[in-house]
Amino acid sequence: MKKIKLSVALLSLAGGLVACTPMQKSSAEYDKLTAEALKSFHSKGIAKVERLQQDDSNRLCSQADVAGQPLDAATAKSIEEANFKAIQWPSDGKFLGDWKVGNKIAASGKGMTWKSKTTSNNGGNCYNCHQITKEEVSYGTLGPSLYNFGKLRGVTDPNSPAAKAMVEYTWGKIWNARAYNACSSMPRAGHNGVLTEDQVRHLVALLLDPKSPVNQ
Amino acid sequence: MKKHLVLLAFAATTAVSGAKADSIAAGIAEYRAMLQDGNPAELFEMSGEELWTTPRGPKNATLEKCDLGKGPGVVAGAFVELPRYFADTGRVQDLESRLLTCMETLQGFDSDKIAKTSYNKGEQANLRDLATYVAGQSRELRFNVPQGHEKERDMYEVGKRLFYLRSGTHDFSCNTCHGEKGKRIRLQDLPVLSSNPGDGIGFAAWPAYRVGNGQMWTMQKRLNDCYRQQRFPEPDFAGDATIALGVYMGVNAKGAMSIAPAIKR
Repeated sequence: MKKIKLSVALLSLAGGLVACTPMQKSSAEYDKLTAEALKSFHSKGIAKVERLQQDDSNRLCSQADVAGQPLDAATAKSIEEANFKAIQWPSDGKFLGDWKVGNKIAASGKGMTWKSKTTSNNGGNCYNCHQITKEEVSYGTLGPSLYNFGKLRGVTDPNSPAAKAMVEYTWGKIWNARAYNACSSMPRAGHNGVLTEDQVRHLVALLLDPKSPVNQ
Repeated sequence: MKKHLVLLAFAATTAVSGAKADSIAAGIAEYRAMLQDGNPAELFEMSGEELWTTPRGPKNATLEKCDLGKGPGVVAGAFVELPRYFADTGRVQDLESRLLTCMETLQGFDSDKIAKTSYNKGEQANLRDLATYVAGQSRELRFNVPQGHEKERDMYEVGKRLFYLRSGTHDFSCNTCHGEKGKRIRLQDLPVLSSNPGDGIGFAAWPAYRVGNGQMWTMQKRLNDCYRQQRFPEPDFAGDATIALGVYMGVNAKGAMSIAPAIKR
């Protein structure tokens, strides 16, 4: 009887050791293993392995996602500030382009994959995630509806001083969404070089021009 | 084939006349249900079964002694317990990776060469058919991907980190599209993969026959195309990144029923 008890005690002690040692890898150790696994990607066409290098904004948001906890307010604020500083405002001061061209850019999801020939003339991918006009029923729901975007925000004349703040916000949000929401899922279209200044101008018009189908 | 075309036309008409997304989704679901009677994936399964028992490769051997985790030659139920750790290779391996190992050790094929071959070409096409066959032998079984070995737990943690890794020109991670319930890209419903999506959804549906392009896709090909659309560089075929994601999705899907090989839009 005593013998059995002792061996049970020894077993549980050994079990405890076995259970504890390998299971307690730190998060940093898993990060290291992840970095190793990332070596199993290779460059193809224009999609080079350098794309796997995260900037601070992506690194911090990914960490928060893994932890299942939102970023603390101070970190979120610093990400937003850094991204806001990086926004390129229109070089000629013109924020508004042609909404018709904008609608075509919004509908296109092409560009920047390893099958794409060039890094220019990319689509905005907007309809993939947003409702935009009433006419287009094939829209995604990952982002909020943008139907009546300008109208709901009281923009009747985007060239008026009253609309200035909203025009700038719209530009800034498309250029670098993380300037306004640290871990937004929205691509930083201008910041990451997916869309040009001219393309962003057309998208701003799509959202704010009173004649655009967005605001009908 | 003619029947398929008629059904396609039917689905397209439904899509155009029904303005509401709901009716479109219903039309597609109905179309899928009808196709379920004759899933072309079965042809790939049959090809895979024949490949399994045919002596091939430099060693002119069959795959009938291949150990998919439940002992040499045991195919039934193997798929729903993969990826898992294999002592002979010292690696956690998914279905395709393990088939590559067997093709090399038993048949004498060059696994690196196959891994670098384009999808649907040469031995890659055979590997696809084999994967489809093996998956079909777990039809309607429930996922139970093991986590007993330390390396299996490591791969889950790595897979989780890869799932949430935002990067590339669009700052996308897997989670961008697969983290919330009831979301779509255009009209395409997106499975949640950070938790259990349920029977026959996500990990429990691939390999699958894709009606849209008439191709049979394995999970490796599914992940490859996700990464293309994510604007990432290309993952190596059966590389650790894709296997880790397989562990993450497979463990998350514990208890979900496999309907692989499924049929997809």
